[in-house]
Amino acid sequence: MPQSQETSGPIDAWKETTLQPTDITHPDYFHKIVDCQWACPAHTPVPEYIRLIAAGRYADAYLVNWKSNVFPGILGRTCDRPCEPACRRGRVEADPVAICRLKRVAADYKGDITPLLPRPPAVKSGKRVACVGTGPASLTVARDLAAAGHAVTVFDREGKAGGFIRFQIPRFRLPEAVIDEEVGYVLNLGVEARLGEPITSLKALLAEGYDAVFIGCGAPRGRDLDVPGRKEAASHIHIGIDWLASVSFGHVKAIGKRVIVLGGGNTAMDCCRSARRLGGEEVRVVVRSGFEEMKASPWEKEDAMREDIPILNYLAPKSVVHENGTLTGMTFERVRAEYDAAGRRSLVPTGEPDEFIAADDVLVAIGQENAFPWIERDAGIAFERNGLPVLDPVTLQSTHPLVFFGGDAAFGPKNIIWAAAHGHQAAMSIDLLLHGKDLHDRPPPEVTLVSQKMGIHSWSYDNAVSIDLRYKVPHIEKGQALRDITTEVELGFDIDLAFKEAQRCLNCDVQTVFSAKLCIECDACVDICPVDCITFTKNGEEAELRTRLNAPAHHLEQALYIADGLKTGRIMAKDEDVCLHCGMCAERCPTGAWDMQRFLIDMAQVGARSSALAL
Amino acid sequence: MSFLPKPKLHHPELATNDIGFTRRDYEGAISTLCAGCGHDSISAAIIRACYELSLPPHRIAKLSGIGCSSKTPTYFLGAAHGFNSVHGRMPSVATGAYLANRELIYLGVSGDGDSASIGLGQFAHALRRGINMTYIVENNGVYGLTKGQFSATSDRGSTSKKGATNTDAAIDLVGLALQLGATFVARSFSGDKAQLVPLIKAALQHPGAAFIDCISPCVQFNNHVGSTKSFDYIREHNEAVNRLDYITGRSEITADYAPGEIEVVVQHDGGVLRLRKLATDYDPHDRTSALRYLQERTVAGEIVTGLLYVDPEPENLHQRLNTVATPLNALEDRLLCPGSAMLETLNAALR
Ligand SMILES: Cc1cc2nc3c(=O)[nH]c(=O)nc-3n(C[C@H](O)[C@H](O)[C@H](O)COP(=O)(O)OP(=O)(O)OC[C@H]3O[C@@H](n4cnc5c(N)ncnc54)[C@H](O)[C@@H]3O)c2cc1C
Ligand SMILES: Cc1ncc(C[n+]2csc(CCOP(=O)(O)OP(=O)(O)O)c2C)c(N)n1
Ligand code: SF4
Ligand code: SF4
Ligand code: SF4
Ligand SMILES: [Mg+2]
Repeated sequence: MPQSQETSGPIDAWKETTLQPTDITHPDYFHKIVDCQWACPAHTPVPEYIRLIAAGRYADAYLVNWKSNVFPGILGRTCDRPCEPACRRGRVEADPVAICRLKRVAADYKGDITPLLPRPPAVKSGKRVACVGTGPASLTVARDLAAAGHAVTVFDREGKAGGFIRFQIPRFRLPEAVIDEEVGYVLNLGVEARLGEPITSLKALLAEGYDAVFIGCGAPRGRDLDVPGRKEAASHIHIGIDWLASVSFGHVKAIGKRVIVLGGGNTAMDCCRSARRLGGEEVRVVVRSGFEEMKASPWEKEDAMREDIPILNYLAPKSVVHENGTLTGMTFERVRAEYDAAGRRSLVPTGEPDEFIAADDVLVAIGQENAFPWIERDAGIAFERNGLPVLDPVTLQSTHPLVFFGGDAAFGPKNIIWAAAHGHQAAMSIDLLLHGKDLHDRPPPEVTLVSQKMGIHSWSYDNAVSIDLRYKVPHIEKGQALRDITTEVELGFDIDLAFKEAQRCLNCDVQTVFSAKLCIECDACVDICPVDCITFTKNGEEAELRTRLNAPAHHLEQALYIADGLKTGRIMAKDEDVCLHCGMCAERCPTGAWDMQRFLIDMAQVGARSSALAL
Repeated sequence: MSFLPKPKLHHPELATNDIGFTRRDYEGAISTLCAGCGHDSISAAIIRACYELSLPPHRIAKLSGIGCSSKTPTYFLGAAHGFNSVHGRMPSVATGAYLANRELIYLGVSGDGDSASIGLGQFAHALRRGINMTYIVENNGVYGLTKGQFSATSDRGSTSKKGATNTDAAIDLVGLALQLGATFVARSFSGDKAQLVPLIKAALQHPGAAFIDCISPCVQFNNHVGSTKSFDYIREHNEAVNRLDYITGRSEITADYAPGEIEVVVQHDGGVLRLRKLATDYDPHDRTSALRYLQERTVAGEIVTGLLYVDPEPENLHQRLNTVATPLNALEDRLLCPGSAMLETLNAALR
């Protein structure tokens, strides 16, 4: 039978170690509570833009995004969305808020925002910066530095800017018009784009007298397969990323009816879905590991399976089978996962007979590698043993003081949002360098905390908590989707669905701020809190205190908000974990000891007007 | 009052009780009382007590009179029966309901105005008759609903929010309940759920007239300096005679206290109360000494709280009247109306 958890009795037996009151003025404290923003590599103010979408202010929502992540329309369709697994909503019901697809809503309905974008400043710094590559990392550097008045030149060996966004991500996921638009916003800031110009020597580039060089050349080499028969049947075995690029450029327009795609990452998912659109009828994805451990995002696996692509797991490639050089299929060894005492996994053969899968073409999507053939050994850039440059993790400066790295070129293949985040950091470093300042002396974020109180029980945010489950983005009918590789599959939320999905956001940036001086310990907040976050109790050591709060509090990465100075000598302990930010505690508080305050954190950025946020 | 209902989402690990309900299942509509009102804390304590006892909400009857306190049954146990009676008349309704159906669990919620002013007579008779109910007075020393006039429990010499001094003597409902024969008498404070929840659980399990005087500050009209029912005043003057630590249904007694420190009281129905003594010389089984102790401490300016008196073998109205055990609504017509021949016999016997 459950029992009351509160402790009672006089407050005399103080513990030896007790918790210190929380310093809510530290910018990280409330930032961490905005789980999505904290998890976003570029720290996009998610709840802020979601509220703007709910208010129908799509252009403002777009600009909040554009400032943080530069590619809202692109990311709203393709982002790896580290924010969503972090979203608080996922801890109080089944699914997180569809943060990523709401970003697309902002892009879809924003109208013409060009008058709202910054213009190249009239006063130039006189400094010149070169960026190698025009992927998201370089373009972010270019945007930030151009807006700060530096002269930026971007180089790419391809004839169009955008990097992997342009020629890897298939059109059915990301229409080219969206790329043109958002790449255009950057280049229009007065960035000089030298496209179709491969950089073949870092030394030569440096010799051109640039004040700084940013290397955002990506991780351009696809890993190859090494099994018997690979060489003989080479004409029907393709490296995934090269094949996708050829498809994108229109060099490849067809593929055999039976296709094997090797690999479990997102590249494999793009390969198999592209193959389905180019004539592949029996397309199969084959992975060595288990289905659950695949690197591809769950939604990409779902999308593939929805297009009748089976994913076969625990099959290790053994040989390519061919008849006089004509591919007929592949054999696979059946494996299973075994874990040692340390929990490390190894795949061991099950001993069952090998599996043969017939195929006309094989797409190899088993990983990417970095390659810097154009950086001379004696150019002053030190490399790690894994082939990646030696970098300062904060400034992204290489061992050559004028050369910086970011995106996939810096730490190996990641994703667009990380590339943008690196871009901001590298731009900050380069700007400091160009001003002769210490690269580690980085400007702090700008933080504001504003009460949302409008009346006794009204707030300037919508504090009603929606109980709607996550809305699905509508898709185009499957037959139509498979007919043309440039037809976008996802239709995006319409305005009505977008509003309803936006209302699922818990407004985690509207913080509960407690003032012990005003508290009369009437328990009103404790009684009303729908998730039992708040406890008034004796102080103690954290691990022990967590066992006697009003609700289980074992997510240690989620902070306890501690305040002392209460009349009874107890502390107020609030577990931030599943707080709904509903404001009920503040509504029921007779003295205003609780207040709901909107926390805005504006990460320092080069070239940005400060407080560019819309509200 | 809040404009929005309490959000439906709850803690992901919210536990369920023996009958599969969460604590949230015992809630009612969102309170319309003033923010911070002590009465809301008592509602929360009732919710918790019923949840912890795994009471089926639909077997509970909530009864009340008029006042802010009497409004509270709307804010808990949304699935229970309810009767919001006339001012001060809750005990009559409770008596009638109890006579008609002894199988429901009766929970009366009243105020100091409702029970000590207009309803004092009703209060007295419900207790002396032994209605098997839990009678909670949410005592704030004022008529909250009508904007803070002194009530009959207001202490002589205490001042109103506007500064007027109360010149009348106060009625101590605990003293009255003891004299009137209530078989479970306790006092508690809305700001101390650790004390209050076990007391409500014990009262709900007590098979007789159980009375709890729960001091419940009115933040709007009686929480100022000069009031003797404010949060600060109660916290300063609260003297608990004991702590009820556990109440477990019929489970085994495994006390881990030093002898003499803990007293185990087995109730008539087998329910077990464990009482941790705070005032060593206090005996909760002796009405007379309880009354004396109460008066002495009151003179000394203390507010005595805790389980002040309990009779583990109480008698109730049904036992005294020897009434039929089956609820009237479950009796066949034949038994409810024995017919004219029987009436004749009865009348003849009385001639
Ligand atoms: C098939 C596939 C699908 C993907 N899908 C997604 C997705 O949905 N979401 C997501 O977030 N990420 C995705 N990614 C990863 C993402 O594309 C990359 O992480 C991201 O583009 C890296 O950006 P970057 O700026 O570092 O470099 P890149 O985008 O790789 O751009 C590098 C650019 O540098 C140019 N370049 C290289 N060397 C030279 C040179 N010597 N001279 C001149 N130019 C040079 C290249 O031509 C290229 O344009 C995907 C990757 C692949 C392969
Ligand atoms: C017959 C009758 N007389 C007077 C009133 C006016 N009246 C309403 S509530 C109330 C007093 C309530 O005081 P209390 O029971 O202490 O409740 P509180 O609001 O303080 O919780 C009075 C006198 C009434 N409603 N009915
Ligand atoms: S609920 Fe909203 S603010 Fe909270 S983590 Fe999710 S998206 Fe972010
Ligand atoms: S805002 Fe207040 S009442 Fe709402 S969940 Fe958070 S702590 Fe609880
Ligand atoms: S007037 Fe007093 S008793 Fe009534 S709701 Fe307000 S605080 Fe509570
Ligand atoms: Mg009253």
